[in-house]
Amino acid sequence: MSSNDGRKRVALALGACALAGALLYFVVGGIGNNLVYYWGPTEVLAAGPKAQGASIRLGGLVEKGSIVKGQGSNMSFTVTDGKKSLPVRCTSVPPQMFREGIGVVVEGTVAGDGVFESHRLMVSHGNEYRAPDDPASIDLKKLMDSTDGLTATGKQ
Amino acid sequence: MTASIGRGLVLLSLLCATAGTVAAFAAFWKKRADLTTLAVRAAYGFSASMALANLWMVAALLRNDFSISYVAQVGSVSLPTWVKVVSLWSSLEGSILFWGGVLAIYIAIATRSLNAAHGWARPAAIGAWLACATFFGFLIAGPAQPFATVVDVPADGPGPNPLLQNHVLMAIHPPFLYGGYVGMTIPFGLALAALLSGGLSPTLLGTIRTSLLAPWTFLTCAVVLGGWWAYEVLGWGGYWAWDPVENASLLPWLTATAALHSAILTERRGVLKGWTMSLVIASFLLTILGTFMTRSGIFNSVHSFTQSSIGPTILVFLGIATLVSVLLLGFRVDLLKPDGELDRGASRDTAFLAQNLLFVLFTFTVLIGTVFPLIVEAVRNVQMSVGRPYFDRMTIPIGALLLFVMGVGPALPWGSTSREDLKRRLLPPLGLGTAALAVSLAFGVRSPWTLVTLFFAGYAAHVTIFEAFRPARNRMKFRKDGFFKAFSQDLFGPGLRRLAAYIAHAGAVTAFIAIAVSSTRATSVERSLKQGEEMTLGRYTLTFEGIESTEETNRTSLIARIGVRKDGTAVEPLRPMMNQYRSQRESIGTPAVRTGLVEDLYLSAMSIDPDGQTVGLLVLINPLVSWLWIATVVMAVGGLLALLSSGRVGRTIEAARDLQAEPVR
Repeated sequence: MSSNDGRKRVALALGACALAGALLYFVVGGIGNNLVYYWGPTEVLAAGPKAQGASIRLGGLVEKGSIVKGQGSNMSFTVTDGKKSLPVRCTSVPPQMFREGIGVVVEGTVAGDGVFESHRLMVSHGNEYRAPDDPASIDLKKLMDSTDGLTATGKQ
Repeated sequence: MTASIGRGLVLLSLLCATAGTVAAFAAFWKKRADLTTLAVRAAYGFSASMALANLWMVAALLRNDFSISYVAQVGSVSLPTWVKVVSLWSSLEGSILFWGGVLAIYIAIATRSLNAAHGWARPAAIGAWLACATFFGFLIAGPAQPFATVVDVPADGPGPNPLLQNHVLMAIHPPFLYGGYVGMTIPFGLALAALLSGGLSPTLLGTIRTSLLAPWTFLTCAVVLGGWWAYEVLGWGGYWAWDPVENASLLPWLTATAALHSAILTERRGVLKGWTMSLVIASFLLTILGTFMTRSGIFNSVHSFTQSSIGPTILVFLGIATLVSVLLLGFRVDLLKPDGELDRGASRDTAFLAQNLLFVLFTFTVLIGTVFPLIVEAVRNVQMSVGRPYFDRMTIPIGALLLFVMGVGPALPWGSTSREDLKRRLLPPLGLGTAALAVSLAFGVRSPWTLVTLFFAGYAAHVTIFEAFRPARNRMKFRKDGFFKAFSQDLFGPGLRRLAAYIAHAGAVTAFIAIAVSSTRATSVERSLKQGEEMTLGRYTLTFEGIESTEETNRTSLIARIGVRKDGTAVEPLRPMMNQYRSQRESIGTPAVRTGLVEDLYLSAMSIDPDGQTVGLLVLINPLVSWLWIATVVMAVGGLLALLSSGRVGRTIEAARDLQAEPVR
């Protein structure tokens, strides 16, 4: 192999590394700005002001007696994980199954007034997961998973 | 008893696959033709017994034989016959059995198509296929056993997941997906054989290309059918959400498309042999990764690892296959010596290279976005997902660039040319590009990426049509043939392969337009309607007229009858449904779609009040969505014609070699 070839190889490798680095930078940056966090009320409240504006998938049980229907499809209710509760304002038409005590996952973010604003409401799906009667014994992970596949987060 | 016959068939296939693998590799190392014959027989033995095992399961499902565990798990007496048949692939264990069945068909056909011209790559390839078959035989016989004996035979079963029963697409989508996924095993085995035997003959390359085209065509349909299913069943109004399951089907399609293109460079120039093999191998590995992600339940929960050993088993296979591939590529890729060199500068070679790099970039972007949440959850036990904006922001520019290359590439000549010639080739298509831009501006399109995409689409459409008919036009001009005679020579002659490529490109351009417009120009509204109440969206006025209900063997449905007026004229009413399946808690909606060439009216009932007073509706107007389905059919036809033309591939390669021998202008 001539030294010219060798130099070419080094240049090529350097170029490839630079390209890969740039790509990684953009991809990681892109991911970092577009993460959707799967949180319960406790985690949202713990995050404090950081939660405002972040994309959050909030899971928990609909607190008994908290559903207030507003105009059109507007509605508010409280989501609890047995430890903490979070008020939710929701603009989407609730699915058939929606009622008190059911496990829900709402997508949206925390507004300036501390209320969780959601444009998307999902109820847990499939037979694998049943919401417990006691909110403290809720398994958030299973709840989130039970809505997976139906989430189709198409609308932003 | 019936269960043990099924188990016996599976064990027989596993035995054939294992023995065949050993015989094939022994034949390859020792260069013994008699062992090759033995391996071929073992391959057919695997195919026959695995196919029979599948038929046995279908028969059991039809007979409601609940003594077989899989039937007890997904079967039900009340199911319609077609649902019973498709239950074969409706749940994990059955779908892996079905994988084995599809692999059986592929291996039988592929083994038959190899001949003496493939040399010692023949036993090596058969060995690689049967090694994969051994793994899946093991998976079916062990962790995924669908033929386990049920001791307390139940009188009835629960039936498959209602979401899957909800639409006839369930019968169509998985076979296409498996046709694509499983079929990648064949080119993978051939690529390993090329590396093992240290040579990539034109015959072997031609076989790899052909064996790649079949799964590519299936996978093209499967990716879009998945989207169509989501559109027709899930009811959120779109067809693509960058869901991990969707991404899993897209990833191998991307690398396979790249491989099909780089194979052309390899064929013409004798270069990039290792690169083409890497893409072929990556396509296979991505199908296994996809299977791991979607079939192991990892996206439902990482912790189902402890409950099911199928996921880890697939992961181990993925690890071994990756290791073997990387080692083979690392140590033997240098044996695949180039026979020529690439042309630099503004030539088609460069366009092919750019296309390949863009496809690989696309693959990485989607792969990282899909796998990232898995890694985070595994390392930090934090649940999250990567939002749609990431995928959109990253892939839209790459997609637009790909469309640009699809326009400019075919317009460029092979080899370098003069500046005047370049101008003559590249400038005219600007006309249709500008026209497309003007039309979209007139229709009120303002989103910059949509405008860019439509401009490039116009350009690419011009080039595609021009190039598709160029040979025919030349014949008409120089031989004074009529159009039909000139064109039929392409259709029935060696020119078919070229024509097929441009048909696929025409489909791709159409798909680009449909995706760009439908994803940025849709309008939607969510409303609760009382009985008799009206609402308006776009040109449509909708009235909630009342509810109906139907009873079927496996479900009862509440139907909202929505009167539709388009520009004031009453058209067929739409009936979005809410279905309640037996033995399932939740009801599941089925949206109603009024399909049109210009736009779809999409109604999804989110809730129907049982006393018939109110309905919660999601209403969307989705423009040009039908063109995505049409585009897919066109692309699949392109793939099929290319497959058909591969019988003539020998001649095409000779023609290509002749061209190469010609001095460059």
